[in-house]
Amino acid sequence: MRKFYALLSREVRSYFHSPIAYIVLIFFLLISGVDFYFQVSFMNQRQVQYTVQEAFFNSVFFWFAFVLIFPLITMRLFAEEFKLGTIEPLMTAPVRDWQVVLSKFFGALVFYLILWVPPAFYFIIFQQITGQPAAHSAGAYSGSYLMLLLLGMFYLSIGCFASVLTKNQIIAAVISFCAITLLFFLGLVQFILLDVSSATRDLLGYFSAIEHMGTFSRGVIDTRPIVFYVTMTIVMLALTHRAFQSRKWRL
Amino acid sequence: MIKVENLTKRYAGQPAIQDLNFEVGQGEIMGFLGPNGAGKTTTMRILASFMPPTSGRATIAGFDVFEQSLQARAHLGYMPEHVPLYSDMRVTEYLDYRAALKGVPHRRVAERVGDVRELCGLKEVEKKLIGTLSKGYRQRVGLADALLHEPDLLILDEPTIGLDPNQIRQVRELIKNLGKQHTILLSTHILPEVEMTCSRVIIIHKGRIEACDTPENLLGKIRQVGGVVLEAKVGPDNGAEELKKISGVRNVIVDADGDWKLFSLRVESGADVREEIFRLATARHWIVRELTQRRATLEDVFVELTHPDTV
Repeated sequence: MRKFYALLSREVRSYFHSPIAYIVLIFFLLISGVDFYFQVSFMNQRQVQYTVQEAFFNSVFFWFAFVLIFPLITMRLFAEEFKLGTIEPLMTAPVRDWQVVLSKFFGALVFYLILWVPPAFYFIIFQQITGQPAAHSAGAYSGSYLMLLLLGMFYLSIGCFASVLTKNQIIAAVISFCAITLLFFLGLVQFILLDVSSATRDLLGYFSAIEHMGTFSRGVIDTRPIVFYVTMTIVMLALTHRAFQSRKWRL
Repeated sequence: MIKVENLTKRYAGQPAIQDLNFEVGQGEIMGFLGPNGAGKTTTMRILASFMPPTSGRATIAGFDVFEQSLQARAHLGYMPEHVPLYSDMRVTEYLDYRAALKGVPHRRVAERVGDVRELCGLKEVEKKLIGTLSKGYRQRVGLADALLHEPDLLILDEPTIGLDPNQIRQVRELIKNLGKQHTILLSTHILPEVEMTCSRVIIIHKGRIEACDTPENLLGKIRQVGGVVLEAKVGPDNGAEELKKISGVRNVIVDADGDWKLFSLRVESGADVREEIFRLATARHWIVRELTQRRATLEDVFVELTHPDTV
């Protein structure tokens, strides 16, 4: 456990030692700030049925920033170690493969969660200034943040897998970006193709991050997406572990 | 400490090492020599559990490097070639991190990190970023890392590569001192270093062991490479003709510098022809200003074993 903690703390610290963390933080803060501002000013102009919080988590801005950050967070995880050769001192120390894989995944997850701290303050500030609630209920907050965690876990695990496949960070970023965008658009197909059967539509609905976020941000906690994302994360991490182990044989 | 049996590694069908067999006993300093691409790094990486062998087995302190890799790694301090390090960490921060990875007990970390920092002369750079360190200091960080958990065995892949002569001397002293408590397997290109530090030497060529012995025995076994250098004014004589007649002399090469001629004689092993040369010189009234026996070095052994045509 102590080894895992040492690995994890190095992962988290290394984010803040590199400029990429600050670039992602600023980019994300900017996009989410603009998103929040636009939603509030839009709602000021007309009568709407939804809350600020729902609007924030379901806008184009949000999704645009959302799919973009995962490749940026995960591309360096393994690829950088392979490139610099630091994998050699790492793997010749008495640590297990899964400890390394999990520490990298959770390191990325910690950084991802740090990204989500500032937007939480938007809603608090909104309530302070306007005296109106930003959401219908506390459940809506926990619902949307739970969904952020679940989606984050799944997309980060895809990024981990992409990074373990190559020593080139750009290739890792492109692989994870393509995979995440494809998955994301898979969920959109049901809105575009209207003549598909309802069974296909239901099936595609399972992959729809937008639909899941829609329900969760209203405070409706559905267990199906929870099971789906947790399972998929475990599958992706198991694949990452496998790919990481198999690398030894291909050296 | 190390036991290697029929170790073979192929890369995409190409053998990198073939059927290696050797043992390194407790407390030995074993030198690992060979030209580039001979399979030194491959062997060391297998011993360090960085990659599995294609066939054969290797054990460290009785633990199989593949089957019981974690225990084997716990007994081993490994310094990879070129010493890859995280350039964004500070020296002490890195050593603390490595100590935790290697399972140094929590309350001993500060003590151990302090010890290796002292031993490897890292005191003055302890707060510096590793990325800003010179090659010599990076090398020492790598060595300090290898020593952190007081391993029984050290495997050092070219510990002196890229260092200046002063640093090489320092590292050599350090290794000699470490040899008092640790078993060491080190690879290098610098042959005088091996002669000075190692108790035994393995010479590996094209993935096979060509020789495994003490440096003295290897030198004794070497044929034909002893030589004598004579610098003399020979007057009207040819010089080379006369010298060739001395029994034991195989070959004479002449370098002329005005009146002075420099003769390099290759002699049969064990033969000492200096006395004969002296007699010849006095009889022919040559003026001699140098007469020395050149001793065979490990370099000659190395060249002969790995490049038989050039000798």
